[in-house]
This record gives sequence, C-alpha cells and structure tokens, in this order.
Amino acid sequence: MSSFFHLLFRNRLATLGAVVLAVIVLLVLLTPLLPLQNPDVTATADRFKRPFTEGHLLGTDHLGRDLLSRLLHGTRLSLAIGVAAALIAATIGSAIGIVAGYFGGRIDNVIMRCVDMLMAFPYILLALAIVAALGPGLMNALIAVAAVNVPFFARNIRGIAVGLAGREFIDAARLAGMGHTRIILTELLPNVLPVIIIAMSTTVGWMILETAGLSFLGLGSQPPQADLGSMLGEARSALISHPHTSVVPGIMIFLIVMAINLLGDGVRDALDPRLRSGALSRPRATTMVDRDSPAPAPTDDLLAIQDLHTQFHVGERIYRAVGGVSLAIKPGECLGVIGESGSGKSVTALSVMGLVASPPGVITGGAVRFQGEDLIGAPYEALRQKRGDRVAYIFQDPLSTLHPLYRIGQQLAEAIQSHDRISNAVARTRAIQLLKDVRIPNAEARIDNYPHEMSGGMRQRVGIAMALANEPDVIIADEPTTALDVTVQAQILSLLDDLRRARGLAIIFITHDFGVVAQLCDRVAVMYAGRIVEEGPTGAVLDAPAHPYTKRLIACVPELGGGRRVLAAIPGLPPMVDRLPPGCAFAPRCDKVQEGCRAGDIALAGTAPRAVRCLFPEEEV
Amino acid sequence: MPALRVENLAKTFPLRKPLFGSAAPGVRAVRPMSFSVEPGETLGIVGESGCGKSTLARMLVGLLEPTEGRVEIAGRALDNADPAEFGKLIQYVFQDPQSSLNPRKTIRQVMEAPLKRLHGMARPQRAARIAEIFASVNLREEFLDRYPHEFSGGQAQRIGIARALAASPRIIVLDEPVSALDVSVQAQVLNLLAELKAQFGLTYLFISHDLAVVEAVSDRIVVLYFGSVVEIGRAESVFARPRHPYTKLLADSAPVVGRPLTAPEQKGTELPDPLDPPPGCAFAGRCPRATDICRTVMPDLTEMGEDQFAACHHPIEG
Repeated sequence: MSSFFHLLFRNRLATLGAVVLAVIVLLVLLTPLLPLQNPDVTATADRFKRPFTEGHLLGTDHLGRDLLSRLLHGTRLSLAIGVAAALIAATIGSAIGIVAGYFGGRIDNVIMRCVDMLMAFPYILLALAIVAALGPGLMNALIAVAAVNVPFFARNIRGIAVGLAGREFIDAARLAGMGHTRIILTELLPNVLPVIIIAMSTTVGWMILETAGLSFLGLGSQPPQADLGSMLGEARSALISHPHTSVVPGIMIFLIVMAINLLGDGVRDALDPRLRSGALSRPRATTMVDRDSPAPAPTDDLLAIQDLHTQFHVGERIYRAVGGVSLAIKPGECLGVIGESGSGKSVTALSVMGLVASPPGVITGGAVRFQGEDLIGAPYEALRQKRGDRVAYIFQDPLSTLHPLYRIGQQLAEAIQSHDRISNAVARTRAIQLLKDVRIPNAEARIDNYPHEMSGGMRQRVGIAMALANEPDVIIADEPTTALDVTVQAQILSLLDDLRRARGLAIIFITHDFGVVAQLCDRVAVMYAGRIVEEGPTGAVLDAPAHPYTKRLIACVPELGGGRRVLAAIPGLPPMVDRLPPGCAFAPRCDKVQEGCRAGDIALAGTAPRAVRCLFPEEEV
Repeated sequence: MPALRVENLAKTFPLRKPLFGSAAPGVRAVRPMSFSVEPGETLGIVGESGCGKSTLARMLVGLLEPTEGRVEIAGRALDNADPAEFGKLIQYVFQDPQSSLNPRKTIRQVMEAPLKRLHGMARPQRAARIAEIFASVNLREEFLDRYPHEFSGGQAQRIGIARALAASPRIIVLDEPVSALDVSVQAQVLNLLAELKAQFGLTYLFISHDLAVVEAVSDRIVVLYFGSVVEIGRAESVFARPRHPYTKLLADSAPVVGRPLTAPEQKGTELPDPLDPPPGCAFAGRCPRATDICRTVMPDLTEMGEDQFAACHHPIEG
C-alpha cells in the first residue's frame, strides 16, 4: 500500500490532481458549516452583481442568488451524483462482466449481446430516452448515467474474468469443493478488483460531465436546486451580457474533471503491475555498458567471452546475473553451457550481442570478442550488422519469436534482405532453399504458411532456418529443444549436428539437460549462480565430474533405463544472485563444505582443457 | 478391487457448427480407453503434446465431463461431474505451481478451503490438520501467512501437493508435477512424493512427457498416442522391450548420456491431423512397419507377453 502511494505521488501531474481534488472535496464537505448565504433565496434587486462585490465574493446570478453559495452546494451535489453513478455502474457492470466471463458459453453470449445492444445507442440518446421514460429529476438522471455506463464496465471486466476463469487456481478451488458463488466472490473478485478501481477512477470525471449535461438540458436537477449543469443552463441566456455566471461553474467543472482524470491516470499507472515493474520503459537498442576496468587483451578464438560481468540494477538491488564468465569457441565446435534457471546462462548468451534489456541490465566488465574485435560498447550500427549476419540466435519458443501476422517466407526474406541487398524474388528462392536445408517437407508450399499453421517442431526448424539465413559463423542456441517433444527434439538435435559439421558452424548450446549435452557438444561448461564452476571435454566432465555440484546434478537427473529408484536430491535452493554468499556459492548446499569454502574468491583452476572452481574437487583435474 | 477403473472413457470436443451445412464430427481428444489402477500403485502416463493426457487427467478429477464412458473409484461410479464429490476421493496436482495458487490469498486460506468445504472441519481442527500436513511435506508453518509470489517453484509445488493432501484423497493425479521445476529441485519433489505415498497409502497417476522421470517413479506405464492407449506394461519392461513401434520411437528419441546422436526418424513427419483423423492406426503414417491393414483397421489393445499390452498389427517381437 505504501509503495502504491509512493508510485502515485512520484507522478507530478497525479499529485497536482490529488491536491486540487482534495481541496475541492474538503470545501464541499465543509459547505454546510461555512457562513454562506442560502443558495436558493432570490433577491431580484441584486441580480447580476459582478464578482468581488460586497457580500457576494463571486457575484450573483439572474435571480440575485449568491453564486459562491450556489457553486459550493452545486459542486457538492454534482460530485455526489457522479461518484454514486460510478459506484452503481461499476457494481452492476462488473457483476455482469464477471458472471459472463466466469460461466462463458451460452450465458456469456446472451449477456454480452444484450450489452452490445445497449452500446449500439449513442450514450446521450440513451440517457435522454431513460430520463424521458422516468421523468426529469436528479435521481432519474443518476439512474440514466449509471445505466449508460454499465456496458463499459461489463465489457472491460468480462475480458479480465475470461482470462482468470481459465487459470488453474480456479480449477483448484473447484476441486477444493467451492461452489460457483464462492469462487466468484473469493477467488475471482479479489483479482478483478484493481481493474474495477482503475476503470472507475478514469470514468468518474466522465460521469460528472454526463450528469452536468443532463442538468444543463433541464432533465437533471430541478429549480431552485443548484448543480453545476443547471447553473450553466440558467446562465446560458446571459452568456454575452454577464459572462461571469457561466464562467464560475464552468471553471469548477473543468477543475474537477481535470483533477479526477489526472489522478485516475496516476492510479492506473501505479496499480498496473506491468507499469510498476517498469516494463513499459522502452529498452535501449543495445545493453548499457559501464566498465570500470579496461577490456582484456584479444585472443585468436572465433568468439571469446572474457571475464564478462552483467548485472541488473533494480532500485537499490544489484543482481549479479553473470559474475565473471570466460568462454571461447572455435569454428565447427559445439560448446554446451549447462545450468539451472537463474544460473546466468541465458544472460551470458544475450550479452554477446548486447541484447540484454537495458534498463535494468548493465554490462559492468569484461569483453566479448568476435574475431578479436570487442563487441561490448561497440556502436549500435556495428552490432546491428553483426546480429544475425555473423552471430545468430535460436530461442526456446519459436512461437514467440516469429511474428504471428507475417508468412514465414516474408520473415525469412526480411532476415536475408536486412543484410543483403537482393530482390524479393531472389530472397524468396533463398528462403525456400533454407527451408529445404532444415528439412521442412514440401518447402515451396510451406513458405506461405503463417507460424500458427505449423507444429512446434516445424516452427523451430523455421527458427533455425532464420538463424542460418545469412550463413553466420556462430549460432547461439538458448534451450532450442526444451519446448519440444522428445521425438521432435531428436530430429532437431541431429539437424543442428549435421549443419555444424557441413558448414563449420560454431554452436553455443545452452541447456539444462545432460543427455542433450552428451549427444551434441564437444565441450561443456557448467554454470552455477552466475559463474562457471567446471568446464572440460563433455565425455571427461560427465564421466568424472570434478565439482560437487556437477556430480550431484548428474546424480539427481533420472536417466532412461535406470529403473525405479530414489533419486539423490540436492537439498536447498540455488542462492539469489543479489545476495551471494562470500566464497563458493554452492557451499550452503554442499556436503563436502569446509571452513575455507565460505571465504575468499575461489579460482577456476586445472590443467587445460579441464578446469574446476572448487577447493576440494571430487577429481584432480 | 482396483482403486480406479476407467471404462471406455472418451472426450470429443464439438466444433462450431458452420452457418450452412452440418457440424463437423468434432475433435476426439481422448478416444474410448479403459484401464485400471490398483491401490498403492503408481501408474505413469506418457505421451507427446496433443496426445490427450491432460484431457484424460481433467476428466478423472471431474473438471471435464466425459462424452462417454465412466470413472469408478473403489468400485463406486462417479457419474456426475461435480468436483466437490470427486474432491474427497481424487485430487489433482497442477503442472505450474504458481498459477495454481490464487495470487491474492495467503497459503493458510488456500489450505483451509478443502478442509472447510469438503470435510466441514471446525477452526481448531483445521489448524491442527494443516500443521500435520505441512510437517509431512517439509514446509515451515511460518509460510502459512505469506502470499504465493513469495515462494520459489519447488516450494510452491510442495504447497500444491499439501493442498491436494488436505482433501485426504485416496488417489492423486499428478499432471506434469515436476516439469516446471529445475532439475535439482525436481528430485526433491519426486522423493517427497514417494515418501507421502508410503506414509498415506496413496495411489498415483503420474502424467509426464519425460520418459526417464516416469520410469523412475512408476509401477506400470501407459503410452498414449493421438488420444488412444498404444501400449501398457510394467515400467521396467515398457521402454526396455517395447512392443509398439511408437513406444520404441519414444525410447530411442530420449537423449541418453553415452548414446550417439541419431535421429530415429529422419523424415520430417508430423502428427496426424485431429480434424481429419486417419481411419486405421494413427501412427501408420510415421511407422516403418506399416502395411495396408494398418491404414484401414484400427488395432485393438491385445496382450503381448507378461502384463504387457499393445495396440499394433505388427508388434515388435519380444
């Protein structure tokens, strides 16, 4: 709650709105106590007094009534009606929306078609019709305004409720024996409430305007009772001769609606979880670089990651996602990077081409050298030319990396043409050839498919084809088969293996699966809490793991053909990378831990090609 | 008497009727299937995406009404799809532990619901029972007043298991319970499940796409393909000596340390189209052993060897 207010008042306009609204609300609440004249007593002798005359601070209207008194009483009424209408519309509309969204099917259809019919009328016409049927009067105006706004809430809330009703916690509640009413009230409603509040905060101002509009037309408050709309209506005939009578209520309406809208926008931004986490702040085109030490000297590897440090700065916290990783790869080589979630393996991969979202990501040290040239801190245009052309990525979920609205042929052609100025026809021919290279059957017909028309395995082949489009030297594959079925995974892995052998591709293969690493990779690096804990040739590491983490991780993964057994689990959880313990990050979970493990930096040591970051390794390397 | 018996259970999702003409026959997510689970047994169910394993699981716990067939628990038929009625006998552990917990409820509120709604326990009894369950899933009681987002995946899955246990069911359907977890946490949860089974005498249906995990926890395994059972057998023999070519393909595709990388299936084959199912065996299009009879006649599940059944016209000889 305090974080909500903190966020809200960081927004200056919302603060301004809140202050103005608070002053107005305070004034109208105190109105009965203030020494004001009776707003309804006429004194025709004093008509049309200008503002700041003796006894009438804001002057008088055409019947000589005190404008200040009428303004405050009128504002009080208008605000009350507006808020009441918003509450009624929100309650009824949300109830309709939740019921329609939760039950779905025919109930949803019938309810929403009725709502659509209401929406088909222009709102003012509908309000006029309702007032005409019920007769003029403030209460009837309130009913009309509320009714007109019910569809807005119903549609908004139904959209949210449909999404929530399909969530697993609703199923879980049904299995726990809850009935529909209870699920709606205790499971659905608390999750919908923020949306209702947001919708309300942005519509109260609108409803005050609508009520004022009806009163202006003489259908709302009846004389002599004052509200802002009727004050404007009465002043209309004297608009030219005595403008102050319309300016005074006009300014008040302006102030109220402006203040409510500014505050409402602020409330919406502060409550929206996406905005709260800063997701809508646009990331930069490349990752921010803030190196405090000079970059290490170049090597003759194809791609070398040298002592890379990537951090995420979120508020006060610093997450050390990558804490000094060095990797190198030669043409035709396949390097496996293995680790659990949060071990920094994906961030390492994304840092290579400056693809870590900034903010919050910052590269704070080290270098990434492609053929000796440092990519960290390179200008955007230099990076853009290499992205996809020299170093390409394959991501886990091709459904989220392929654009759903373009045919795959267009997307492949675009990938080729962004690096190579060739005609559309040539690009299409190349695209077909690429699809054949990744063994998509019937490539000529498949090229005009949309991503959703393909199966997961086929989509991942397209993802690979796109990575191959510009014949890159290095492919970074981030869990490319995790989302696929085993039979499809086997096909994709053998395809990648053939491609690298045929084209001399260097592949960095990120995964959490030892079986995959064993089958595909020449070398493997094991990551834990942002650092490499062990590396070496795949066979040697898997046969004789030197780091206790590697050994125990291999032991706790069941393997086909192993039969039924108790698995050797690793107790505890990986550490949070914003609170890394000193010394070895694995020490709290390690059964071989000794005093020395908990202090000082432990170096990655060993005789090449093997290395381990452990004081008491399982095997000497 | 089996703990759970499924007889000709099937689910067809109807398709929207077009404006002109008659409606298409619908998507047969689960074709009529029968199997039974003995008390104290763990039955593994494996299959690839789209094979109907989640639809089957949701029918078993009453979240989805079957189109035909019946579910019997301890000899009693459950023919009304009322989750509250099912809840006391059979419970469900979800794949994604975070999304199965209401983000705006404390863990205590989550845990109390089944005790209150299904068993009508009073407040002091509920507190005692929750303490008991939390102790058995190795969770500290101080977690009870926290909200779901404060927990890691492994802890959240323990809470999911604790909630299922709170209903005191005889059978628990575990729908991919560890596939969203990290490997080092996976083993913790799998071991916990094994302990709980021994402690409370539970019967498990363990659904997963990971053959190695299923093999490590199951007594018997059912292999599903395209909504049908293609093979049932004992865990130690199904993948070691498969009779159905599809089971063999699955076993050969699983990445295993020390086995060279080969694609067991070189053709760029795709799954059969659910909107236009093949008339015979659904696997015929991908099967190296397929003949004409496979493309026209659907094979029945027949016994082949000890306690092993396969639906194949040309099974692999044992």
